[in-house]
Amino acid sequence: MVVMKMKFPFQKRVKLAQGLWLLSWCATVAGATTFTLGCLLKTELRRRAEVMANTDIHIVPNTLMIVGLASLGINYFASKICQDALDAGRFPRWKNFLKPYFAVSCFFTVLMLLAIIMSYAMKGSLESSLKAGLRNGIRFYKDTDTPGRCFQKQNIDRLQMEFQCCGNNDFRDWFEIQWISNRYLDFSSTEVKNRIKSNVDGRYLVDGVPFSCCNPSSPRPCIQYRLTNNSAHYNYDYQTEELNIYLRGCREALVNYYMGLMNTIGAGVLSIFLLQGSVLVSLRFLQTAMEAVAGKENTEIETEGYLLEKGVKETVMEYLDPVLTFLLLKNKVEEGTAGETTTAPA
Amino acid sequence: MPFLSLKFNLQKRVKLAQGLWMLYWLAVIVGIILFSLGIFFKIELRKRSEIMDNNESHLVPNLLILVGMLSCGLNAFGGKLCHDSLDPQKFSKMKPMLRPYMLLCCGFNALLLLLVLLCFLMQFAVYLTLAEGLKNAIRFYKDTDTPGRCFMKRTLDMTQIEFRCCGNNNFRDWFEVQWISNRYLDMSNDVVKDRVLSNVEGKYLMDSVPFSCCNPGSPRPCIQHHLTNNSAHYDYDHRTEELNIWNRGCRQAVFSYYSGIMNSIGALLIFTMAGDVAGLKYLSTALETMADPENPECESEGWLLEKGFKETLADLLSKVKTFGRANQVEEGGTSPNVTAT
Repeated sequence: MVVMKMKFPFQKRVKLAQGLWLLSWCATVAGATTFTLGCLLKTELRRRAEVMANTDIHIVPNTLMIVGLASLGINYFASKICQDALDAGRFPRWKNFLKPYFAVSCFFTVLMLLAIIMSYAMKGSLESSLKAGLRNGIRFYKDTDTPGRCFQKQNIDRLQMEFQCCGNNDFRDWFEIQWISNRYLDFSSTEVKNRIKSNVDGRYLVDGVPFSCCNPSSPRPCIQYRLTNNSAHYNYDYQTEELNIYLRGCREALVNYYMGLMNTIGAGVLSIFLLQGSVLVSLRFLQTAMEAVAGKENTEIETEGYLLEKGVKETVMEYLDPVLTFLLLKNKVEEGTAGETTTAPA
Repeated sequence: MPFLSLKFNLQKRVKLAQGLWMLYWLAVIVGIILFSLGIFFKIELRKRSEIMDNNESHLVPNLLILVGMLSCGLNAFGGKLCHDSLDPQKFSKMKPMLRPYMLLCCGFNALLLLLVLLCFLMQFAVYLTLAEGLKNAIRFYKDTDTPGRCFMKRTLDMTQIEFRCCGNNNFRDWFEVQWISNRYLDMSNDVVKDRVLSNVEGKYLMDSVPFSCCNPGSPRPCIQHHLTNNSAHYDYDHRTEELNIWNRGCRQAVFSYYSGIMNSIGALLIFTMAGDVAGLKYLSTALETMADPENPECESEGWLLEKGFKETLADLLSKVKTFGRANQVEEGGTSPNVTAT
């Protein structure tokens, strides 16, 4: 039972080979593009590595880079094969190469599709990584004298200014931690002492946010301290007025940014996947059509090309069998020898 | 005796033509780069026209765009000339166009030289426009309800954040203007009334700066209010301590950015004033002086100038003098009539 049989007269074979040669060079450029896109995504993720708790999301750009490099090799060989395809004398030397070549190519093409699926599936992982990373970043904001955390303040400030966001979920996250270092607090002042005594952990909590939360588009000069105190500012109502700090949380801003980036890259990689798939299908048709010509006197006869010789299940089993026997081989031999020893004396 | 003459056989002529062809197409690419640089510079000027009082001169980017387009056209034509020069039929058709084309190239190089000079001289104009524009921007910072100035606050804040600067010369410029609008001042408050009455013009002046002056790299949370009051902040001495606002003035910062762009454009222009004209002159004279036009493999001589350098200069001068004397001959013509009578 052959899958997708098609007739190929000589002219059609020639056209197929020529079209495939052009297509494989386009696919080579597309493979290089995939590699570049993977590098781009990795660079963008590394730039914000300080606010990410783990690097699980890096599997997406890593896969893209591997697939890009592999497709360069796959398409190079595809163009070489279709160059030799029309020459009946040179084509047979590719015979033994083609079966593992198709297996490897299909594996990497499927991996490309997996990378796209992963970029959507890992949104949850990215979000929890950012949540933990930002929480730590905000907690260590004041530790500008602790080695290893000196630049936390600068990173968070620049992040908030660039992505136009404030805090983790929203600006109230800054109310829950002490973001002013003890070095800059006057412990002899009664106000400071009161605030510190007013909570269990002895932290100096204020209803204020750092300057990097300020929104430059607001018409009013930035109100960043005593946000919940209406009487501290003239003509100010905390509940009704549009605050002149950023209302969005940085986690949401970063997730939107990265998902947007991965969606754009995913769209590009999907089209590259379709291109690569069509290259492999055309190559398979060309190979089977040329194999029927081998050994015949007249190379210009009409032949048949097909995708798979047997059905899909049988082909899959055929490819998996070598792998399985390699793993199961030892068991089979041991069973056989045990059987022999038991039967021999008897 | 020709100036800087060289002997050319067929091989050398072919190599010269090919090399020149490549050089011309490289020059076309450089022309495209110049065109895009002109557009980039124009966009950068428009982006910040608000802090330059909408008064900035677009002469340099406009000229640059024109030069880029001209350069593409001229060099593409030059490339076509080189390509056709080795075919005798096409060359004889092209011959009458050679001389005006080379004159045009010389004129174009003069334009490039003018543009280089402009790139370096217009920086003064940019500096002065910036100084004036920033002064006005700081003055109109608070007018977020006045039509036409609504976005001055936002533009100036974004400029200070992006260029890491504060004020015009330095942060003290903010002490001299009222940058908080009266809409947000409680005029019934005694402190406010004292401040407003304490100066002649009735402005609410403070020793504070806007939040956009804050330096994120500073280890301390930003101190932007009561900058000169040491007792207002714990462990703070404004004379000795490194302030956590930007030290640099915005005029200096924005000017260095624009002067960097203009200097690089000037350097690229100097690089493009290459000697294409010399190569083309050699090729055309080599083809013209072929002893036997039917035999393409004969030797020929190419030169830059037909006579020596001094003789050519003397020739030019005498031509200019005869042009001047043409008027004198007419005057001389009238006087014999007077003496005859």
